[in-house]
Amino acid sequence: MLCGESKRRRCAINEIWEGLKQAALLLWHLDPEVMHIVGVSLRVSGTALLFSAAIGIPLGAWLGFSRFVGRRLVVALLYTGMGFPPVVVGLFVYLLLSQSGPLGSLNVAWVPRLFTVGAMVVAQVIISFPLVAGFTMAAVKGVDPSLRQQLISLGATEWQATLAVLREARFGVIVSVIAGFGSIISEVGAVMLVGGNIEGSTRVLTTAIVLETRRGNFSLAIALALILLLLSFLSNILMLRLQGKTA
Amino acid sequence: MSDWVYMGENLRVTYGRRTVLRVDELTVRAGDLLGIVGPSGAGKSTLLRVLALLEPPTEGVLYFGGSSEPVRWPPPLDVRRRVTMVFQRPLLLSDSVFRNVAYGLRARGADNVRPRVEQALEMVGLAHMAHAAAHTLSGGELQRVALARALVLEPEVLLLDEPTANLDPYNVSVIEEALKGLRHHNHTTIVLVTHNVFQARRLADRVMFLLDGECVEAADAEAFFESPKDPRTRAFVRGEMVY
Repeated sequence: MLCGESKRRRCAINEIWEGLKQAALLLWHLDPEVMHIVGVSLRVSGTALLFSAAIGIPLGAWLGFSRFVGRRLVVALLYTGMGFPPVVVGLFVYLLLSQSGPLGSLNVAWVPRLFTVGAMVVAQVIISFPLVAGFTMAAVKGVDPSLRQQLISLGATEWQATLAVLREARFGVIVSVIAGFGSIISEVGAVMLVGGNIEGSTRVLTTAIVLETRRGNFSLAIALALILLLLSFLSNILMLRLQGKTA
Repeated sequence: MSDWVYMGENLRVTYGRRTVLRVDELTVRAGDLLGIVGPSGAGKSTLLRVLALLEPPTEGVLYFGGSSEPVRWPPPLDVRRRVTMVFQRPLLLSDSVFRNVAYGLRARGADNVRPRVEQALEMVGLAHMAHAAAHTLSGGELQRVALARALVLEPEVLLLDEPTANLDPYNVSVIEEALKGLRHHNHTTIVLVTHNVFQARRLADRVMFLLDGECVEAADAEAFFESPKDPRTRAFVRGEMVY
């Protein structure tokens, strides 16, 4: 009994070791399948991040600066969005974009179809923009409100003062973008639902890892996992470098 | 040019149910240095924010720059840019001293930024620190940079909220000399909030005494200090007021 368990453990360790070795080879030879999956992942998450930043940074800044009736409700909704389970977002987007859904049934060019990169981008934007907006709002609120008044007293327009405060809050804004990217590059539920994990089309790193693990193809799964970790690490390094340049 | 810069009637500022400022009548003459004195919490900074056109009075009417029309809220940019305020707790951008002083000029799209900034830094004795990072400054240097970034704009009206609070005598004298120079060369109207009676006496043409948000007395400096009419002013001037 003991002997059998020890064998199984050794076998599993060997499998992981073999997987790591093969993963290294796949990466070293820039395996076309792996590179394609990486390309789709970066295209989907990169595009989604651009949209999230374009929506989230101005929204967060506006919520950080303004006072209006119902602001608390908007902030509460935003916080809810920050903790929204991606698979629920996936379900929501699926229902919206399906042929019988409120948007899918419109059959117009600007509404992406299900199981396309466009649908995945929509889902990832919905997941990440509340994070970008929430962290940006917190960063803006962290800047002493008197600074804005002092800049205005120096003759700055409202817009100039807003930009200056945002610049002061840049560390937090950068963190918001990192958090947004982290939330979507490693997300699996929503992209699986609305993308369908179609080979050569909508297969991304996370969905490919799930598939290859289920198939028992650990070498490819480990190679993809290493790339995912590396991408996450590189994005953080890039953001830290940007932060260093602006400091 | 009109002989007054501010005229106020029945100015009230209320936060919630608390009225923090009640000034029935206010006149600031062009080219004067008006000292506003009073203990902490007297409403001095609130009055200054109203005069800086940053905060509208809850009640009353304020006229600015000799105009017969009361100030509209929010005031137009060109009107707002005629006034500059130095805050009691100045905040600088996380940038160099030079760029902080240049901020207002660049916001206006002004020309000759470099020589003007250098001249302003010279006035406050900080020409050698133009490239220093703002976060490396001492309290006195920070206060002087805050004054320089206001002086560089050559405003028609300069409002100063306790600009020498917590400064050593050397820094106090540097700032006071800079103010005298500004008045001499530019005839700038200055409103100086201070709790330092001696400073008000050294610099002011007219003095206003605020207590609990109310204007107790306003008079020419000599009359204010030599023959105050109100017993509370007398007590304050003699340093007998406990607060």
